[in-house]
Amino acid sequence: MAAASPVGVNNPDSARFDYLLRLGDDALILGQRVSEWCGHAPVLEIDLSLANLALDLIGQANLLLNEAGAGEDAGRDGDRLAFHRDVLDYRNCLLVEQPNGDFAQTIARHLLYTTWRHLLLQRLTQSSDRFLAEFAHKAVKEVAYHRELAAEWTIRLGDGTEESGQRMAQGLDWCWRFVPELFEVDETMQAVIERGIAPDPRSFEEDYRSAIGSVLAEARLETPPDQRPILGGRRGHHSEHLGHLLALMQFLPRTYPDASW
Amino acid sequence: MSSDWPLWEVFVRSKGGLAHRHVGSVHAPDAELALAHARDTYTRRMEGVSLWVVPSKEIVASDPEQAGELFEPAESKIYRHPTFYDIPDEVKHI
Repeated sequence: MAAASPVGVNNPDSARFDYLLRLGDDALILGQRVSEWCGHAPVLEIDLSLANLALDLIGQANLLLNEAGAGEDAGRDGDRLAFHRDVLDYRNCLLVEQPNGDFAQTIARHLLYTTWRHLLLQRLTQSSDRFLAEFAHKAVKEVAYHRELAAEWTIRLGDGTEESGQRMAQGLDWCWRFVPELFEVDETMQAVIERGIAPDPRSFEEDYRSAIGSVLAEARLETPPDQRPILGGRRGHHSEHLGHLLALMQFLPRTYPDASW
Repeated sequence: MSSDWPLWEVFVRSKGGLAHRHVGSVHAPDAELALAHARDTYTRRMEGVSLWVVPSKEIVASDPEQAGELFEPAESKIYRHPTFYDIPDEVKHI
C-alpha cells in the first residue's frame, strides 16, 4: 500500500483510493506524454489529432483524481494529487511513462495501452461503484476512438514502407515487456475485485491478446516474443523516465503555488 | 510528409436534417484517416453529427476565366427571384 498515503491499510476505502489513483495516473501520465508531441508532430493534422488524444486523457485524469481526493477526504483535490506528489507516490503502469520515441513507438504504446483500457472500461460500466460506472460510461467512447486510431496507424506503418514497418516493429518491441503489468493482480486489485468495483483483468487477457494479434496480423507484423516482464509501477517503482516527466509537468505549480490562469 | 499525401475536402453536417457544408480540407494518406483527421480538425467543438470527405482532385470546378459568361447574365434577371408574390403571414420558414 501507499506508505505516503495518509489513508491506513485498514480503511476499507484505501483500496478504492489506490485503484482510482492507478486509473487516474495512467491517464495523466499518458496524456502528458502524448502532449509532448504538440508542435512537433510530423504533420499538422497529426499534431491536432495527438493533442486531442492528450486532452481526452487529461480530462479523464481530472475526473478520477478529483474523485480519489474526495474519497480520501484529506483536503487534496485532483490538482493537488497531480502536481504535489513525488514520483514514488505515482501509481501509473510503466507502459504509459515510456518515452515517445518516434511516431511509431508512440503509436505502439497507445495501441497496447488503450486496447487494454477500452476492454477495462467496457467492463467498468458494470462496476458496483457508482462513480466508476458513470465515469466508464463516458470514457469508454473516448478510448474506443483512441484504440481505433492507434490500430489504423499500426496497420499503415506496419504494412507501409520497409522503414515504417521496421520502426513499428521496434516500437512494439520496446513496449511489449510492459504489457504483463496491466494484468497483474495484487492486494489492491484483489480487494476491488472482491467488492465488484473492478473486473479481474485476467478475465479479458485472452480478448486483449487476440485483439492485438489481429491488428498486428493485418499490419503484417510479428507478435513480439514474450520477454521478462517488468513490474512495479503500481507500487511506485518507476523507471527513470517518470521523474523527468514530472519535473517538467510539476515545475510551474510548485514554483508558483498561487499561479492561476 | 503531408505534401506526399493527397488533399481531401471536408463537409460537416451540423445537425440532423441540415445539409453537409464545406468547412475546409485535410491531408491524409487514405479515406479512413482523412475521416479521422477531419474529425480531429473540424469537429472538436461539437460542430457536427456527420462528416464527408472527398478527394479534392475529384472536384470539378468552373473556370474563373469563364465567370463572366457563366454568372453575369443572371444579374439582370430579377424576375427569377420569387419576390413578386405576397406570402401569407401563416406560412413559416420561407
